Amino acid sequence: MDFLTAKQWSPYVAGALIGALSWVTFVLSDKPLGCSTAFSRTGGMIERLLFGSKVLDRPYYKKFAPSIDWEWMMVIGIVIGSFISSCLSGGFNWLWVPDFWSETIGNGRTVRWLCALSGGIIMGFGARWAGGCTSGHGISGTLQLAVSSWLAALSFFVGGIASAMLIFHVLI
Amino acid sequence: MLSTLHVNKKIQLVLGLIMGIVFGFLLEKGGVTKYDILIGQLLLRDFTVLKIMLSAVLVGMLGVHFLCSLGMAKLHPKSGSIGSSVIGGLIFGTGFGILGYCPGTVVAAAGTGAIDALLGGVVGILIGAWLFVLAYPKLQESILNKMNFGELTLPELFKVNRWIVVIPVSIMLIVFLLLIYKAGW
Repeated sequence: MDFLTAKQWSPYVAGALIGALSWVTFVLSDKPLGCSTAFSRTGGMIERLLFGSKVLDRPYYKKFAPSIDWEWMMVIGIVIGSFISSCLSGGFNWLWVPDFWSETIGNGRTVRWLCALSGGIIMGFGARWAGGCTSGHGISGTLQLAVSSWLAALSFFVGGIASAMLIFHVLI
Repeated sequence: MLSTLHVNKKIQLVLGLIMGIVFGFLLEKGGVTKYDILIGQLLLRDFTVLKIMLSAVLVGMLGVHFLCSLGMAKLHPKSGSIGSSVIGGLIFGTGFGILGYCPGTVVAAAGTGAIDALLGGVVGILIGAWLFVLAYPKLQESILNKMNFGELTLPELFKVNRWIVVIPVSIMLIVFLLLIYKAGW
């Protein structure tokens, strides 16, 4: 069982198994893998908790109800799965600032946190705008040959490469 | 199709959790829970992300379309438009470059102890997704439906059998993966 405690698998093997996992989700759950809808549902659940059920009148919640569903449970599963994997390989460790960030920008925790937070806000907004993320569009949508997903996935990388290049090659 | 299983809400919640555990496990073993690897892809220094994604799409596409041909699965393509898919995609990408994780890998990274992913990324995406909920009525009227094409797939666009597209796209993905491999990326 050495493969379970390995630090990293071949990316081709990990990728192929994610592809095979999508067969299972389609057959057993009639759903593609995806993550970002769970974030807007959670936002709605928090909003409902704070301001009551009148928030359910928002048009977006009529489309994606703020409640726990298959995908929401899947996102919880992702945390558990990566936690198990990193514990088995000894890779789990509390980390504030990633190495590359530390080498290029600095090891300040606040700067990294503020950038992660603002990047997250822009990304969360964009994910719902595009109707999916790197999993829902980038993997599940492109494998279904959906036009929306091929366009979105290309745009994710065009935008991502441009913004990363701007930060690390122009601004720094 | 296993319709009775699909409508059993409790079993589906458990299945969602199990499939998520497998997904999170594979993301971590693939190395894409690490900021350095994800940002390395956007800076075109490390191609782990693309290797994983293209392998997943190749294997997933062949299997899922085969299951569809057997009548054991049904596609769920997302509807889209230039205004939503392209503009939303570019906004997403901008955030991706700053954060260095995506919505799935940020959750997985949090599971490995990355605090910037948990307190920065996850919280940020929640706020961003919620801001979109607030902006949705206005955006829906204006930009989201610009050049709408609906739940279109490539075989439908070209009006051909699914395999006429699946096979060339598979070959294209294999060639691309081989090129990445040969280049030593």
